[in-house]
Formats: sequence, C-alpha cells, structure tokens
Amino acid sequence: MNPRRVAAVLLRQVYLYRRSFPRLLEVFYWPTVDILLWGFVSLYLQRSQQGLAEFVAFFLGALILWDVLFRAQQGISVSFLEDLWARNLINIFASPLRAGEYMAGLLLISIVKVVIAFLVMSALAGLFYSYSIFSLGASLLPLVLNLVAMGWAIGVLTTALILRFGQEAEVLAWALAFLFMPFSAVFYPVETLPPALQAVARFIPSAHAFEGMRAVLATGAFPTERLLWASALNALYLGASLVLFARIFRYALKRGIIPKIGE
Amino acid sequence: MLQCCFSMVVLRTEGLKKRFGAVHALRGVSLELRRGQALGVVGPNGAGKTTLLHIILGLITPTEGLVECFGLELWSHRSQVLRRMNFASNYAGLPLSLTPWENLMVYALMYEVPRARRRCQEMLQRFGLWHLRDVPSRRLSSGQMMRLALAKALLNEPELLLLDEPTAGLDPSSARASRQMLRELKARRGLSLLYTSHNLAEIQEVADEVMLIWEGQVAAHMPTQELLRRYRSLEEFFFRRLRQ
Repeated sequence: MNPRRVAAVLLRQVYLYRRSFPRLLEVFYWPTVDILLWGFVSLYLQRSQQGLAEFVAFFLGALILWDVLFRAQQGISVSFLEDLWARNLINIFASPLRAGEYMAGLLLISIVKVVIAFLVMSALAGLFYSYSIFSLGASLLPLVLNLVAMGWAIGVLTTALILRFGQEAEVLAWALAFLFMPFSAVFYPVETLPPALQAVARFIPSAHAFEGMRAVLATGAFPTERLLWASALNALYLGASLVLFARIFRYALKRGIIPKIGE
Repeated sequence: MLQCCFSMVVLRTEGLKKRFGAVHALRGVSLELRRGQALGVVGPNGAGKTTLLHIILGLITPTEGLVECFGLELWSHRSQVLRRMNFASNYAGLPLSLTPWENLMVYALMYEVPRARRRCQEMLQRFGLWHLRDVPSRRLSSGQMMRLALAKALLNEPELLLLDEPTAGLDPSSARASRQMLRELKARRGLSLLYTSHNLAEIQEVADEVMLIWEGQVAAHMPTQELLRRYRSLEEFFFRRLRQ
C-alpha cells in the first residue's frame, strides 16, 4: 500500500468537490433537509403525544446515525461513479495504482464525507432542537464505527456490482442502502417487525446498532452485546464485499471491462 | 552512453493471445521494442491494436502469452513496471471538472513524481497550457485536451510511452509540434514509443518500425526505411498488404 497513491485518489475528489458547487451542496443539502424536516415532525409528534418524552432523542439520534451509514456508502460508490462518468478509470488503472490502493482512497473519501455530514447534522440538531448526539456518551464512537463499516460493506458491494454490470447498475449507488433500512429498525424497535423479518434483522449489523442506541437512550447502559454482534457481522460482510470486489476486478481485467466501462 | 543502451529491450511480448468469448482479438502477437525505438502499429478498425495496448498497460489480462517490460513480467511487477511507463489516448479522458493543474497534480502523486509541483509547471509550459492551468478542463478545446493528455503521459518521464491515436484531435500545427517533441525525447532521452494511429503519414514520420495487425495477427513487421524502399509510402504498403 503506497500512501502517495492513496492520497492521489483522495486529492482527485477534494479537487472535484472544491470546484463544484452542486456537489458541495449535495454534501450539506440532504443532511440539512433531513434534520429540519424530520426534526420538526418529531417535535410535533412529541407535543401531541405527551407520554413520549424521549421521542425527539430517539428520532434525531436515529436520523443522524442512519445518515452516517448512508454517507459512508455514498462516499465509496458515488466517488467510483465520478471516475466512471469522467471515463477516468482507464487512466487510473493504467497507472501504478493498485485496486486495493484505489479502494483505500475511496474509504478515506467516505470518512471525510461522513465527518462533514455528521458535524452539519449534529450542529443543526443542537441549534433547532437542543438535542446533542453526544448524549450517547461512550457508546457513540463504537456505534458510529459500526455504521461506517456497514456503509463501507454496502459501498464496496455496490462498486463491485457497477464494475461487473456497468452503468446500468449505477442506480444501486442510491438504492441499495435503503433496501436494508426496513430491517435495520432505524426508527422503531426490532420487535415491531413481523417474526420472520425479526430473524432477518438479527443478521443486519445496523439493526444491532440502532437497538443499541435506543438502549443507551432508555437506560444509559453501554450496549456491549449489541455492539459485539454488529462488529462481528460487519467484519464478515466487509471482508466478503472486499473479496467480491477483488474477484470482480480480476473478472473485469479478463473481460476487458475497464477500458469500455462508461462508454 | 545512450547508444550503448539502444540494445536494451524495454518491451517484449510473446505469443500474446486474447479471446473475448468467441471473438479472437489477438492470435499470438510477439514483438520486441528496444530503448529509443518507436514502433508504429497500424491496422484496420477492430484489428486488435487497442487490445494489444490495453494488455501492455495491464488493463486486460491476456488469454495466453507473456508481457515483459524492462525485463520484468508485467503481472507480477505491475506497479513497478507501470511507474516507468505512461500512455495517452484519444479515447481516455481526464476529468473535465478538474483544471489542467489539478489533473496533473493528481497523476503526479499517482506516479510518485518527485518535485511534483515543479514538474507539473514544466509540463504545462511545454504544452502551452500554463495560461489555462486554473480553467476547468471542460473549457479546453479538443486539441488542448489532447495536449493535456500528452502532458500527463510525459509527467513521470516514462521510459516507455504508449500512444493510442494521440494526435487525432489536434490541429496540424499542434500535431506536428507533438511529433517533433516525441522525436526529440526519443533521441535525447531514449524514450521508447508504441504508437497506434490511423494517420499513416504520422506513423511514417515517427516510427522506426511498422507493424501491421490484421485480424489479431501480425501481418507484417519491418523497419520503416525498408518499407519505404519497397513501397512508395506506408499507405501503399497498408492497402497492398490488406488486399493480399
């Protein structure tokens, strides 16, 4: 792994975002709209349902943490799409850069996007609803790391599928994360789901993370078991998605996909 | 000093075959390119020229055969080999949202170019793009874009340069200036060139040897001087060979 080559992948995206107002808007716009829209909805619901004192905390916490997962995934797959749309993949992979270094660069970009979105949403939640995501205390960091890891697993999987099936699969970059949303029990407890879907949720790392978040807000206890489950599943899925990407990359080299993709 | 190195083989392919399903894109291409030598690859569309270039660049794995650059097998020394070569193609764009300066800086890092900023400045000046360094590349003309691609291709001072129809978008004076510069680099630094073009006059001007590829096979391969002794021009050679 050569750090200069990894930095080149990051620098390319920094230049892109620095120069492009619509792209910058995208980084700030959706987190802002989400937090304003759903924050006010949850305030309204809390006022009309007097018994739900923690409603805003549950809802805004879930919203901010879901965005962490979504931005982590987008940071990988949309950055890959940027190179595909620019027909730049041929220049990239004809350079000394290895596929692993390219992926490491995309993971770094994803971290930058997550940090920006997290800070924007946290600041707005504090400003408009006096809510602090940091009330999750010591649990916050492991929860965020687990959601980032799941976002990466989905992002790497999406990228592999786009590389395999071409631009027709690019819709996955926006859609695939949402496929996991109902099973992730982002805004409601897992027990709300029908028994069959509860069984599915047991294998979704984000479901454990969101259950853990609710447990912290309700009882203040550190959700050790939930975090262990989420970490183990994430290690498995992230590892599997990286192996799949490596296999598809080799397949792409064999089938001559890289010079043709994006044409 | 340079003279003694002319015998050094920088690129060798042996029995290179590539099959995409039922299509045989290459049927056993062997070639050798020495330091400071330019090989022009010509052939009709779909003959396998670009596939050959893409295999040498490590973008496609061959079905069979060997690629050796600087004495190293390509696939087991990929990064090491690709650091010492570069390429420009009329079909591979650089990101249009980035400025020429930004594009070169990204690739300078990717190729681990020492003193990157100075080198990027040098290349932009050499290709007459310095005054456009902060303009988004989408505002460059196609000729300026091709010059930027050539600047990127020479950024790491490659020993082997692969060019796929590099002057296709250039006006005649820019194309001539590019050819002139390539000839200079070849003579001064011992740059080796593998060059594909549909512009036969250009190949005739730059290449020391010409290879005609036809349906994935080497139909002819000879020194340009000898070719010009036997035929009036590369164009005549091309059409007579194709008729055969």
